[in-house]
Amino acid sequence: MTAQPDNNHSGGDDNKKVVTRLMFIVIGMFAFGFALVPIYDVFCDITGLNGKTQGQVSFSEQPKVDMTREVHIQFVASLNESMPWEFHPMTKTVTVHPGESMKIEYLARNMTDHAIIGNAVPSVAPGLAAPYFQKTECFCFTEQKLEAGEEKRMPVVFVVDPELPEDVETLTLSYTFFIKPGSETITTSALHP
Amino acid sequence: MSAVIEEHHDHHDHKPTGIGRWLFSTNHKDIGTMYLWFSFLMFFIGGTLALVIRAELFEPGLQFVEPEFFNQMTTLHGLIMVFGVIMPAFVGLANWMVPMMIGAPDMALPRMNNWSFWLLPGAFGILIASLIMSIMGMGSAPNFGWTFYAPLSTTYGPASTDYFIFSVHLMGISSIMGSINIIATIMNMRAPGMTYMKMPIFVWTWFITAYLLIAVMPVLAGAVTMMLTDRNFGTSFFNAAGGGDPVMFQHIFWFFGHPEVYIMILPSFGIISEIVPTFARKKIFGYSSMVYATASIAFLSFIVWAHHMFTTGMPVAGELFFMYATMLIAVPTGVKVFNWVSTMWKGSMTFETPMLFAIAFIFLFTIGGFTGLMLCITPADFQYHDTYFVVAHFHYVLVTGAAFGIMAGVYFWLPKWTGNMYDETLGKWHFWTSVISVNVLFFPMHFVGLAGMPRRIPDYSLQFAEFNAMASVGAFAFGFCQLIFLYNVIKTARGKTSVKATGQVWEGAHGLEWTLPSPAPFHSFTTPPQVK
Repeated sequence: MTAQPDNNHSGGDDNKKVVTRLMFIVIGMFAFGFALVPIYDVFCDITGLNGKTQGQVSFSEQPKVDMTREVHIQFVASLNESMPWEFHPMTKTVTVHPGESMKIEYLARNMTDHAIIGNAVPSVAPGLAAPYFQKTECFCFTEQKLEAGEEKRMPVVFVVDPELPEDVETLTLSYTFFIKPGSETITTSALHP
Repeated sequence: MSAVIEEHHDHHDHKPTGIGRWLFSTNHKDIGTMYLWFSFLMFFIGGTLALVIRAELFEPGLQFVEPEFFNQMTTLHGLIMVFGVIMPAFVGLANWMVPMMIGAPDMALPRMNNWSFWLLPGAFGILIASLIMSIMGMGSAPNFGWTFYAPLSTTYGPASTDYFIFSVHLMGISSIMGSINIIATIMNMRAPGMTYMKMPIFVWTWFITAYLLIAVMPVLAGAVTMMLTDRNFGTSFFNAAGGGDPVMFQHIFWFFGHPEVYIMILPSFGIISEIVPTFARKKIFGYSSMVYATASIAFLSFIVWAHHMFTTGMPVAGELFFMYATMLIAVPTGVKVFNWVSTMWKGSMTFETPMLFAIAFIFLFTIGGFTGLMLCITPADFQYHDTYFVVAHFHYVLVTGAAFGIMAGVYFWLPKWTGNMYDETLGKWHFWTSVISVNVLFFPMHFVGLAGMPRRIPDYSLQFAEFNAMASVGAFAFGFCQLIFLYNVIKTARGKTSVKATGQVWEGAHGLEWTLPSPAPFHSFTTPPQVK
């Protein structure tokens, strides 16, 4: 039924060539969909979009402190809805000079009778200022494990880069504590015995 | 374009009979017919869901359905209309018309054609099964909107989300195979002398649409695959707790989603570009600018996706880029509208039903285009985002745009398909009732949207009551006047109309498909026509 009469219509070979080429596009675009995940992360890292802060920063020499400028830093804490901890900053706001190293503490308490592992995800607003907020020490660099009823003071040491754009006067650092994925089974049974 | 054909088709018309004709069909016309009927069925199912939504929104407060069920209605209405109505209807029209328009005997890959159609009933069977289970009280159907944003669809998605994921995979495979087939047909099966720049505009628009589909459907497949592994295999692509990012879902989704909205309009542009010259009895104005405009729209569709996400907290530079890139799309679209109007200019026009739908398309699609321009202005979008203004915008481009284009195409080619002229009086009734009711339905949504009524919410403040009542009346009227269309199509297909169609059908019709007799023979061009 599909046999083509002897005419100028191209035969099966041309079709095979077209299909093969198009299948490469299909496979390539499927892979591209997944490649968007690392591309997205790299893009956010480079540009500091999305309020993503960098990892641990270590200075070979302390940056020069700019005594002429003051920046207000606000600290915010939140918990993912299934996280049964208490979590808040010990200090709500501080004022620093750019280049000055500052240490503050957050307090976390495990309210359950089970040990829970948590991950803190940091975010800085305004997002474009995120690359200038440099942490030399942070509880967000590692997983935090709290035993049943345990309370822990967790320090953050940071420096605001003196290169911070002039129009930024206030930075907000926010942490959200998530239960480590996979350890959820323990906690849900702890929550709903 | 003129053609010489030898009139010896009839004796090769050995049609298989019974259900096997449809189940094992490799014939482009039979498969096209199945696509179109499938789309028609889904149109009524999706329409019924829309009427549930409009019944609930007829007055403030909760009347008929629970908010949870309302969410399932908006989700499935969107999914069915996008993937089950507009896209299959276009593929059906391509199946029917592309081989006939380029002088080919059939599609290039007939067996794949069969497969790509028969995946669709499976895909939608699965999706609709989740709705049936929901009605029977066995757990929710997908309830996160057709855009299935994470974490609504990952962390908080109902169990039936996995049905949805599988269903989207099947639809994607079906569309990709359909597109490969259309590209292979257009590249390899054109009649001698038909160069690319002599192809009818409908063929051109489908050629470009097929490339868009091949480029973005795999990205959609990737997105739902990530959802699948997030839900079931412990990955954290979109889960912040595991280092993922839900906003990234929106980027991946709209990287697919924006080209997708052009996939749903470009073939309609093609249909309108066939109809307007026929009834204006002039050649299309600016053929090559039409082709280049279509290609530019397709290219731009890849670099504007984040205009759906202005309120996610993008930096100003990003917002400006996506705002200006989006505004640029108005240029090639404007070229098209200009060309259609110029084609009509000083033409000897008649107003048969396809032409009426085509003119309504040009007028109403342009309204939808203008509201799109309003939405692309970033600061204004912060006000309009997720309001009924957006709903009004995309229904103007999809219902009075894409769907009116399909209806125009069906009336235009139905005499060619069936050999019978449709009932012109019923066609005019269908047109006038539709065009009035669709405006009663969607125009008031602009007003409530600008006043701040959020979309996808089953209840609303009292000040929106009048316009919502109006929209609901329009919705039921529009829904029921589609039954005229159904009746007219059935009547024509069964040969109950008095007038037989000639080969050329329309006085002003040009192009290879009109050189075939009506109804078109089972195999289109067994001997290729010569195109001068």
